[in-house]
Amino acid sequence: MSEPLIYELSAPGREGVKPPQLDVPESPLPTAMLREELPLPEVSEVDVVRHYLRLSQLNYAIDKGMYPLGSCTMKFNPKVNEVAARLGGFTGAHPWLDPEAVQGALYIMYSVQEYLKEIGGFAAVSLQPAAGAHGELTGVLIMRKYHLDRGDTARDTILVPDSAHGTNPASSSMSGLRVVEIPSDARGNIDLKALRAQVCERVVGLMFTNPNTLGLFEEHTEEVADIIHSCGGLVYGDGANLNALAGIMRPGDAGIDVMHFNLHKTFSTPHGGGGPGSGPVGVAAHLADYLPAPIVALDPDSSPEEDPYFIFYDPPKSIGRVRAFWGQFGIIVRAYTYMRMLGKEGLRQAAEHAVLNANYLLSRIKGVYPLPYDRICKHEFVVEGRFKDAPDIHALDIAKRLIDYGVHPPTNYFPLIVPEALMIEPTETESKQSLDNYADILLKIAAEARENPHLLHEAPHNAPVRRLDEVRAARNPVLRYAH
Amino acid sequence: MVYIPHTDAERQEMLAAIGVNNLDALFQDIPEKFRYPQLDLPAPLSEMEILQELQFLAALNVNANVVPTFLGAGAYRHWVPSVVDYVISRGEFYTAYTPYQAEVSQGTLQAIFEYESMICDLTGMDVANASHYDGATATAEAVIQAYNVFRKKRAKVVIAPTVHPHYRQVVHTYTQGMGLDIVGGDDPMMPLEQLIALVDENTACLILQTPDFLGRLVNLEGIAEQVHARGKGTLLAVVVNPISLGLLKPPGAYGADIVLGEGQPLGLGLNFGGPYLGFYATRDEYVRQMAGRLVGKTVDVEGKDGYVMTLTTREQHIRRDKATSNICSNEGLMALAATVYMAALGKHGLRKIAELNYHKAHYAADVIDKIPGFSVVKTHPFFNEFMVRCPAQVADINHFLLNDIEEVEIVGGYDLGRDYPGLQRHMLVAVTEVNSRHEIDLFAEALGAFTAEEQEA
Amino acid sequence: MNRNTGIRYQETHEWAWQDDDEIVVGITDYAQSTLSDIVYVELPEVGETFARGEQFGVVESVKAAADVYMPMSGKIVAVNEELEDRPELINEDAFGRGWMIRISPTNMAEWKELLDINGYKKVIEEESAH
Repeated sequence: MSEPLIYELSAPGREGVKPPQLDVPESPLPTAMLREELPLPEVSEVDVVRHYLRLSQLNYAIDKGMYPLGSCTMKFNPKVNEVAARLGGFTGAHPWLDPEAVQGALYIMYSVQEYLKEIGGFAAVSLQPAAGAHGELTGVLIMRKYHLDRGDTARDTILVPDSAHGTNPASSSMSGLRVVEIPSDARGNIDLKALRAQVCERVVGLMFTNPNTLGLFEEHTEEVADIIHSCGGLVYGDGANLNALAGIMRPGDAGIDVMHFNLHKTFSTPHGGGGPGSGPVGVAAHLADYLPAPIVALDPDSSPEEDPYFIFYDPPKSIGRVRAFWGQFGIIVRAYTYMRMLGKEGLRQAAEHAVLNANYLLSRIKGVYPLPYDRICKHEFVVEGRFKDAPDIHALDIAKRLIDYGVHPPTNYFPLIVPEALMIEPTETESKQSLDNYADILLKIAAEARENPHLLHEAPHNAPVRRLDEVRAARNPVLRYAH
Repeated sequence: MVYIPHTDAERQEMLAAIGVNNLDALFQDIPEKFRYPQLDLPAPLSEMEILQELQFLAALNVNANVVPTFLGAGAYRHWVPSVVDYVISRGEFYTAYTPYQAEVSQGTLQAIFEYESMICDLTGMDVANASHYDGATATAEAVIQAYNVFRKKRAKVVIAPTVHPHYRQVVHTYTQGMGLDIVGGDDPMMPLEQLIALVDENTACLILQTPDFLGRLVNLEGIAEQVHARGKGTLLAVVVNPISLGLLKPPGAYGADIVLGEGQPLGLGLNFGGPYLGFYATRDEYVRQMAGRLVGKTVDVEGKDGYVMTLTTREQHIRRDKATSNICSNEGLMALAATVYMAALGKHGLRKIAELNYHKAHYAADVIDKIPGFSVVKTHPFFNEFMVRCPAQVADINHFLLNDIEEVEIVGGYDLGRDYPGLQRHMLVAVTEVNSRHEIDLFAEALGAFTAEEQEA
Repeated sequence: MNRNTGIRYQETHEWAWQDDDEIVVGITDYAQSTLSDIVYVELPEVGETFARGEQFGVVESVKAAADVYMPMSGKIVAVNEELEDRPELINEDAFGRGWMIRISPTNMAEWKELLDINGYKKVIEEESAH
């Protein structure tokens, strides 16, 4: 049974939740400007509750089970975070209030800026970017403006490894810059020879992810930074994988000039079915003046220990603001709650166990699933979803078959440099039992691939829907309900 | 350990399976000099302790859920039906990822399809995406869409000076590497005809806002035709308050090419500015230049209806440096909140809410206009926000309202002098269905008390 | 049309065919099968001019988008409008009804620089080896 659209539950004249009564005299309406009809559904509150509850039940979620999407960091979303973000003094804080009326909110923002500076090894942090890609755009614009302000106007190129997230080249081209791709070497690191060949006075900077999207620590981190710096370029760190390093190494110490953090990955805030995220940007001292305005600062006239007072501060050479208001405050409260719960020790333990879990799961399936780069991995690893003796089986078939066993598939077909990639990130919040279960399923599917390949080709068999016709959706797009 | 389920015995077993002795062995590839920095971070807290601290911090903020508030300017205090938070608190929704595996994400996908449909209905447009970060970034994406529609050959963009100042700033930030010529100035009293006169054949788009940042409704009749004709196809993008569309004819009905705005009024809290919701809709012919995710309807192998993300070749994970935008994460859960809000109020409820906003704002304008020293600027029709000429600096009045009245705090309106030097001593007052008549009368009385106190001094 | 004589290729998987003074261009059968089901084709406007090697359009499947490049410099004199509603024609008949554009070439000397069938076969072999 399909769940009908909310529109299909509509009955003419049915009323939904009851708005308040009018308690003032009516004023004449601007008749020429009024709309004739508003074709929204007409449903009751009960209809709404049942419809969206039934829809929710068609979803898989972390709260149901393991969700090892590589690169996405689907760790447990603590429930206290949700309680925290819903406190009335936070949900009811108007963004235009004078700082004196929102000191509680500014305290949290200031604290998160400070913690991120400490964790990342940066001189300053802006909480404004609304997501990781938004942070990237912010970072690339900062790098661009830094060069321009120094009269270094010939720089127009961003170097991006071939294993990078698609957002890296997209953020670069949105900033008006040219993208040059750098290949990876046989160990999954950036190919230093190829990198050196591209280094010149046109280079704005390099964007790279560490650990990279293969889940491998970039073994030449310092050297890569030195090569880029030697031509006057800057190094952008894509912090999507910081959850493997938090408390273990500070990217800023290793020559990263600018980096975004994903609060919705490393710091446990929920993904919400696609967002909201939050992508704060940290920078080294020489870039601090370029951060988006404003950031939260301590009033120099107040005493930080006894009676701190927080204000907004505009960095003098700011690239400008990248969104309205100050940041994803509701997400920042959740991340603050998480950081305070974990503290210094907890942060390091989270990274250690994320790496332990990934390596353990890898040890369980190694030898069965081809492993293109055989190294100790960090928080995730990439195997090939194909078998020599089952030539018709693709990563997609394995992914869909996993659904039949009640777990979520890993990321597939990314990174692009591994054929039939399955990118697996269990996160630290999974127990050994949960990992063993997942490994057992993967091994069973590998056996099925040889013995019963049709089980994979036709999977999923018991999901709310079977495989969907994406070609039809793209050739004849139906993008809205037709009244 | 917090949120880590491992026992010591399990940890040992796992390390043995990997073939190492301890956790440190997993990090030997990290140069030793960087490994294990001493971090200056606070000690861990229990759930009870952190909540106690947060309660204290929350109480330091002025809470619009409790304090009479007349502040808007892009973020509005509205009543949020309980069902909205009920739905977005379902773990199946908020702890899911982007619906990459369609077969186990039909809940999210169908909800987005419903969201896209409702945004189209509300705005009078053909196609809506699954959201942007907020109204400001949606505005910037409109500029980029228009730029791409003309294959980057038209470099001029006209933006009305009465578009939200943050939105205009974000357009400048986003496009600083594109070499665009952004015109329109910052005189809020510039007549619309003059603005349209700036459109030429090199103009990719004109962006208007209605109600504009000063609260004034813009009459869109004939504007799209003029813009299209003057610029030989120049696109018209309109920024709009979604609640106003419960009552007013949508920009789509006037021929706008892009309609977008801040979706926060549709069931989201104030949240000190985020997370909010950038809604965005355009015409069918521009769907491939539009940024953001799209969900479409299709069938599965058995012919059963289902939903998938579609037209994804526009997006960064496929097109990389040639994508329409770099956007990946959007505001999915906020879009769900808006969907539930629109469904729960429905056709009749949203109209009623819009009427309440309209009537209460007009009542407030009437009573404030009678207060000595204050006068409402009445040159244009308005919806739920209007401009008041004040006898003193707005900051001083707001300080008085919040701190100097016995037994009550009031949050006054927005100080337009912050953005427009010509509008010193002009307050933008927002009134929604949440402001009771009593609150409005109290506000007017307090303004009267301010005048009285000024005269005494 | 005779598809085997007078047909040339370029490394980016376009074919070109001489029809009197004009050149007809499409993507090869190898290219369409690599992309799988084609769902959308973006074509230039008639009257536009492009240099050899410049991108003139895009061919998209569900999960990939391939830019298509001019095999020769020239002016677009016709585009295959049928592809707008039936992009699958490229899958069904890449060298025939799946043609994309017709060019009036400005430099016929460029014809000789295109690959013949043997040269193109080598390109495919090399790509398949990866």
